[in-house]
Amino acid sequence: MGLTSHSTGMKSVDSGLNVKKQNPKDKIVAIAGNPNVGKSTVFNNLTGMRQHTGNWPGKTVANAQGYCKTEKNSYVMIDIPGTYSLMAHSAEEEVARDFICFEEPDAVIVVCDACCLERNLNLVLQTMEITDRVVVCINLMDEAGKKGISIDVRAISDKLGVPVVAAAARSGEGLAELMNAVDAVADGRWDQKPVKPLYDSCLEEALKNLKPVVDQKVSGRFPGRWSALMLLESDPFLLLEIEQRLGTELREDPDMKQAVKKAEQILSEDGTEDLEDRIVSGLVKTAQDICADTVLFGTKDYIKRDRKLDDILTSRKTGYPVMIGLLAMVLWVTIVGANYPSELLSKVLFWAEDRLAGLFLNAGLPAWLCSMLFSGVYRVLAWVVSVMLPPMAIFFPLFTLLEDAGYLPRVAYNLDRSFKRCCTCGKQALTMCMGFGCNAAGIVGCRIIDSPRERLIAILTNSFVPCNGRFPTLILMITLFFVGTGDGLPASIGSAVLLTLLILLGVFMTLAVSRLLSKTVLKGMPASFTLELPPFRRPQIGKVIVRSIFDRTLFVLGRAAAVAAPAGLLIWILANISIGETTLLCGFTELLDPFARMIGLDGVILAAFILGFPANEIVVPVMIMAYLSQGIITEPGSVETIRQLLIHNGWTQTTALCMMLFSLMHWPCSTTLLTIKKETGSLKWTFAAFLLPTAAGCLCCFFVKNMTQLVHYIL
Amino acid sequence: MSQNCSLNELNPGEIAVVKELKIRGSIRRRLLDIGLVKDTKVECVGKSPAGDPAAFLIRGAVIAIRSEDMKDIVVRI
Repeated sequence: MGLTSHSTGMKSVDSGLNVKKQNPKDKIVAIAGNPNVGKSTVFNNLTGMRQHTGNWPGKTVANAQGYCKTEKNSYVMIDIPGTYSLMAHSAEEEVARDFICFEEPDAVIVVCDACCLERNLNLVLQTMEITDRVVVCINLMDEAGKKGISIDVRAISDKLGVPVVAAAARSGEGLAELMNAVDAVADGRWDQKPVKPLYDSCLEEALKNLKPVVDQKVSGRFPGRWSALMLLESDPFLLLEIEQRLGTELREDPDMKQAVKKAEQILSEDGTEDLEDRIVSGLVKTAQDICADTVLFGTKDYIKRDRKLDDILTSRKTGYPVMIGLLAMVLWVTIVGANYPSELLSKVLFWAEDRLAGLFLNAGLPAWLCSMLFSGVYRVLAWVVSVMLPPMAIFFPLFTLLEDAGYLPRVAYNLDRSFKRCCTCGKQALTMCMGFGCNAAGIVGCRIIDSPRERLIAILTNSFVPCNGRFPTLILMITLFFVGTGDGLPASIGSAVLLTLLILLGVFMTLAVSRLLSKTVLKGMPASFTLELPPFRRPQIGKVIVRSIFDRTLFVLGRAAAVAAPAGLLIWILANISIGETTLLCGFTELLDPFARMIGLDGVILAAFILGFPANEIVVPVMIMAYLSQGIITEPGSVETIRQLLIHNGWTQTTALCMMLFSLMHWPCSTTLLTIKKETGSLKWTFAAFLLPTAAGCLCCFFVKNMTQLVHYIL
Repeated sequence: MSQNCSLNELNPGEIAVVKELKIRGSIRRRLLDIGLVKDTKVECVGKSPAGDPAAFLIRGAVIAIRSEDMKDIVVRI
């Protein structure tokens, strides 16, 4: 359900996979599945948590755990990363496989997409090779129904020999049955024998020879057939792990050596085909056989609908215009929608300030304390709530709707060519989109990029797109200095167009800096990758709106209290403590002033950006506070008064433009930097992530400022 | 008519059967994982606005693949 307070901000810094039981008797259930099959939705529904869901593959990158009780048992549910396979070719696959293999969960739920069950069975079969305690959850039955796909769940269960439950997790359908099945498996009441995938005759023969020897050595600690397969595959890390757990050197055992040799001989007899190819072919063919007469496809109309939409969204003629149009539309709705509540909130809050301050004074509180509380803390809070909150609360659900519908992978598809030219991965477009919500979340999302080089580039350039906390600053600047504060349609469209251009500049900078990095310190060729374009889904509009407004509003309010209030206090103190003739605030801003003026800003603006390091939402409020405390205007109020205030302080259109550019490109907020440190594990790259956008911003602002001066000089 | 060619010669709307994966490395794994083994049917469903990557319907899912990777996938139309 969009970025939630769990996936943004500090909580996006996850803390690894440690199973935390609430009670020693808790049973462990792992939830596995291909990417984008609704694993997180199943998880959320079972545990009552709000893990981020969205219609694109790979978005669950952090491991989550939650708790779930049935009449019989209580469970710790572990949401392991979505993978196509357990053959451990990526970090996620390794985590998933090791969890299923070594943590010995009491049951593994493998969530499948009913719309492409055959492919999903690949993972089911691989999981069943490792453990017998599998429950298959065929999710998205509602979507499949719409597409005319009918699935004989019972027949599949009979063929697989494990419980299979049909579900539509978004509406909660089938989840009670799912937990019944989990109870049965976890308690050992399930009595059918799970099947094993059937490989080609040669490999089966080799396994048949090897298995008895392996069975003897692993003595039931690990499944014999699977261990035999792994011995043949000879993945050194996995085998070492198994040996450590067994306490014997499996590979060095003379009997074992001989048996493995024999098996390899059998394998080499029928040609040179790669062992992995054999395994995968076996899995795919087994899945194909299972689905052959149990999954029926009705009409093909559904494919037509998706194709028609894709024709509009990704075709040569309309792909880019629609993409930019959608962006502009989202921004326009945000600007128009935020206008009214913003005015209303500021009226109410500043009306209340006067009344409250009066009340407190009358109650006999000392004047300095009242001033500190109201001119300091209250005011910054009020600015955050009235100016920053409304655009954030509107942009967020709109963005989430696009995400839920499945549009983001299309953006990646459209932009992949540009990213390839910069020698990076198209999935970077996905993480860039996430950055619009929250840069910290975008950076965690970079885990979907497999190549370490490309992931690092995506991390370093993520903050070139403005996060939700910076949008309102940009909107405010545009409204105040470029299109006027009129309510008319032309004004709002003008704002949306300007904002869109600014964001396109951010995207351009992302590409340019990515290319620069690819050609210098992070040299390399673009790595191969595949991108899944999931079927479009109708977003749950009501749920998205309610959820993201709630989550978002509360989150921002919480952060406002945590960050803006102390910042307001700090400003007040700085403005009221004097050394000699000047206040500390003046001293500080004057110190920054010469440099700030070089890049078209002034000392106060730069000071506000520095104080806004914990959260971008407070930059503008802190700036206004600082101007106010210098006593030019004492009565804050509507947007127009802010404009007057800024003009009194020497603002021109150039200042506003530089402010926007600097807001777009400056150091990432503290949470984002912490996330970068966590994700890269390196202070050096964290510093680079700090420096890159800052340098780019300073250069851009310097350029703009001097160009406008030049133009004025010539004219 | 049937002929062997590489996947990037497929035009939108055309259907082919995979004959050989000449591609190596991690991408090969990825393709096998999504079910692109020998004798799998693939349909080209479109190309991105810049002409690359292209999207293919493979076992019920739409997967985008870059042209460098497509050229090492031999199919028969």
